[in-house]
Amino acid sequence: MSSLLTMAIILAVLLGGAYVFRFAGQKITNNAPMFRDMGYGVAFGYVLAAALLIWAVWYYLQPLETDAGMKNAGVQFFRWAVQGFIIAAIAAFLFRLFGQFVGTAGTRKLFRSMPLTASFGILVILLYAIVAIFAGAIAPYGQAEILGAANVTAGGDPALGGNPEYPLGTDQIGRDILSRLIYGAQNTVGIAFVTTCLAFFIGGSLGFLAATLQGWLDQLLSRSVDVLMAIPSLIFALLLMTIASVWAVELGVPLTIFMVLIIAVIDSTRVYRLARAVGLNIVVMDYIEAAKLRGEGLGYLVFKEILPNAMAPLLAEFGLRFCFVFLTIAALSFLGVGIQPPLADWGTMVRDLAPFINFAAFAPTAAVTPLLAAGAIALLTVAVNFVVDWMLHKSSGLKE
Amino acid sequence: MSNLLTIRGLKIEGRSDETWNPIINGVDLNLKKGEVLGLIGESGAGKSTIGLAAMGYTRDGVRISEGTVEFDGIDLVRASAAVKRGLLGKRIAYVAQSAAASFNPAHKLIDQHTEAPVQHGVDNRASSVEDGIELYRKLRLPNPDEIGFRYPHQVSGGQLQRAMTAMAMSCRPDLIIFDEPTTALDVTTQIEVLASIREIVEEFDTAAIYITHDLAVVAQMADTIKVLLRGDEVEEADTRTMLSSPKEDYTKSLWAVRAFERPAKPAVSTGAVPVVSVRNVTAAYGTTDVLHDVSFDMHAGRTVAVVGESGSGKSTTARCITGLLPPRIGEIAFDGEVLPADYRKRSKDQLRQAQMIYQMADTALNPRKTIGQIIGRPVQFYGGLTGSARRARVNELLEQIELEPSQYFNRLPSELSGGQKQRIGIARALAAEPKFIICDEVTSALDQLVAEGILRLLGELQDKLGLSYMFITHDLATVKAIADEVVVMKDGKVIEQGPKLDMFTPPHHAYTDLLLSSVPEMDPDWLTNLLQERGVDNIGDAAVDKM
Repeated sequence: MSSLLTMAIILAVLLGGAYVFRFAGQKITNNAPMFRDMGYGVAFGYVLAAALLIWAVWYYLQPLETDAGMKNAGVQFFRWAVQGFIIAAIAAFLFRLFGQFVGTAGTRKLFRSMPLTASFGILVILLYAIVAIFAGAIAPYGQAEILGAANVTAGGDPALGGNPEYPLGTDQIGRDILSRLIYGAQNTVGIAFVTTCLAFFIGGSLGFLAATLQGWLDQLLSRSVDVLMAIPSLIFALLLMTIASVWAVELGVPLTIFMVLIIAVIDSTRVYRLARAVGLNIVVMDYIEAAKLRGEGLGYLVFKEILPNAMAPLLAEFGLRFCFVFLTIAALSFLGVGIQPPLADWGTMVRDLAPFINFAAFAPTAAVTPLLAAGAIALLTVAVNFVVDWMLHKSSGLKE
Repeated sequence: MSNLLTIRGLKIEGRSDETWNPIINGVDLNLKKGEVLGLIGESGAGKSTIGLAAMGYTRDGVRISEGTVEFDGIDLVRASAAVKRGLLGKRIAYVAQSAAASFNPAHKLIDQHTEAPVQHGVDNRASSVEDGIELYRKLRLPNPDEIGFRYPHQVSGGQLQRAMTAMAMSCRPDLIIFDEPTTALDVTTQIEVLASIREIVEEFDTAAIYITHDLAVVAQMADTIKVLLRGDEVEEADTRTMLSSPKEDYTKSLWAVRAFERPAKPAVSTGAVPVVSVRNVTAAYGTTDVLHDVSFDMHAGRTVAVVGESGSGKSTTARCITGLLPPRIGEIAFDGEVLPADYRKRSKDQLRQAQMIYQMADTALNPRKTIGQIIGRPVQFYGGLTGSARRARVNELLEQIELEPSQYFNRLPSELSGGQKQRIGIARALAAEPKFIICDEVTSALDQLVAEGILRLLGELQDKLGLSYMFITHDLATVKAIADEVVVMKDGKVIEQGPKLDMFTPPHHAYTDLLLSSVPEMDPDWLTNLLQERGVDNIGDAAVDKM
């Protein structure tokens, strides 16, 4: 009850503060338009933001251990998050600065007008790409290599159960988590990228084809897609993967290839819908009519006239779809039908290490292990979307 | 009498490429109660921006940087949002160019009409509905008692524009801003809207700013005219003085555009094979016939203007000729040879011979391709030229349309002006080396000076290359300027056809006569005289309906 009362009091103080803030602003600036036309909601937003900022600083400065000698894990995780955010921002800023002075005139110009979020996204994607490509050279141990010590905590501090040889610790059977994270980039990201490209190739070309030709082909394709979309995608994927796991053994083809195909086909239905909708808006333009009257073939129409104009929405979808595919693979692996052990995969790692999260309250360094793989997934998802947002903004010619 | 609206030293800036660029460079404006001011200028002159600024409003990304806009003693630039809310809609109203796009399609006209008076507390709903019907009657809308209870899509464009004027009048404002209210309308529809607007503005003694690019229209509507050019005032004078003796060169050039006319060509020798002949074409969309037994010939080196209002079947005829819409009955012959009805069955050479230039250059040029690619494609596709030969041919074509090749080759369509885009459309058609070009309303989206340049260019190209044009237009001034033969269409039928001189000298078919008489003239008394001569019920759509 008292906590409810506290919240009510805080809300009342904030609401009053908003009114005072706006009133004071109007008086001090002699009714400048910013304060004069400021809505009450906007004023409340400013005050709330200020209050949150003050709280964040206060919370950051709380001691790591309570008086009773207990770990204050919340503060620890909050500090890590804030530090990570600041480091990311500085890295993004430095990367953008670097891009402004190195490279061709074109790329330098690109970097000059780039928002910080986009430069962060590009930086992260570049790092992931490097890590994925050179995983074998970077990783200190093999992904399936079982080392001496199991359950070593992250941080490398022997006092807390760490070991400097395994900076991010080892899992239950003693495999190095850092190495597995690095190989996981290769497996998970590489496969997700291939799958997304395939989904776009299938969905995009069929969608444009349906939009250009229309008639019975459009009906046939659209209705088939409707049928596929009517089945919940994860359950459908699970079902097909179960069937494929039998075929994979019979045919001697790796299950991963089946997984790529299955996810690509399922996801291509969404791409098809988008490509068809965008394509239908483009095929009615006069320049398509002009090209048709010139006698151009279907290939030219689809790839040279329609595709460049559909690029912006498709790119946006690519960013989203990549993340979805990525998460589907992680989910399938988590459920045990995706990337098969002993291959490292972020989804599997989250599943395997999940019990450690229970230690969060008293041993933050131990609990961080499953979060590392989950964080790797989240970071890439955010980065890809930052870059896609920026590309969209640029290509759509939106100003401000 | 003091001014109702006083604008002093108005400067407006627009944001692009991260900087603020001037749009209006210090314009003054005075408007007394009951006075109508015409603002004219080409696109980009800042007419609409000033019109909106007169309401203390700017579009997104645009700001008023200096100056005052004083409406009845209130400076709208510095007024708070609350003060402006009290004025807009109530004392200042706005009539947009496209009523079809400005009405909310989800609400009935009368509901939108009553919104402002009810919101402003001027009137209650019931009496506002009555007032609306009264206004509809005054504006001579058909069925005034029930038209308000329709949705916007159930009402024609000209009627919507009048309903919008009625809506602006609903609070009896002191000032109305008309932003090109008749630009999107046919001539016969336009004349009705003009007559209604003028009448109602006079009746309620409302001040108005009338924005248009059409001199003849502004001559009918305005007491004084202000000419703008790229954000600067060129000159201002009362309408009669301005029309009879403009001072500035720019104004004179605007006036002179209307005088452009190509010399008449000798008659076609009998027995000559027409380049394209449309023979008894009847065509249908779905099961409804939209063309009925259309026949006419087009000869080498000549221009046939196909005239008619929207929906008369001009563009459908063009679609039949190009093969996009195979006719149900009848055939298209090229050089005496019958063409396959469907464009997909025509040979590459047959397709090459007939090219098309579109009305909207914006949608006719692929926005993701450079000018070099756009023009280069037909050069390569038909001529088989690649590499430097292709480049040379494209340069040659760019020179033909009077654009500097090195400067434009790598640009995108979005980096060109409207007139330049239309020139690229012409170059793309020429690249195929055709005999015959269909020009579908190629100048209707352009400013008059630019349009004249395009017409001159087309004329020169015709003389040089012996091209035949089928020129689809609703603008009779354009017809006068360039046509050799005229075909008048209405409701999918050819009403009248013949050499230009015959068409412009009486006696005409009744419809041609109505069409000709509806074209506004530069004489400020033209509308008054016409209304006296014919009576209010015998102009515009009302007269068309009687036929």
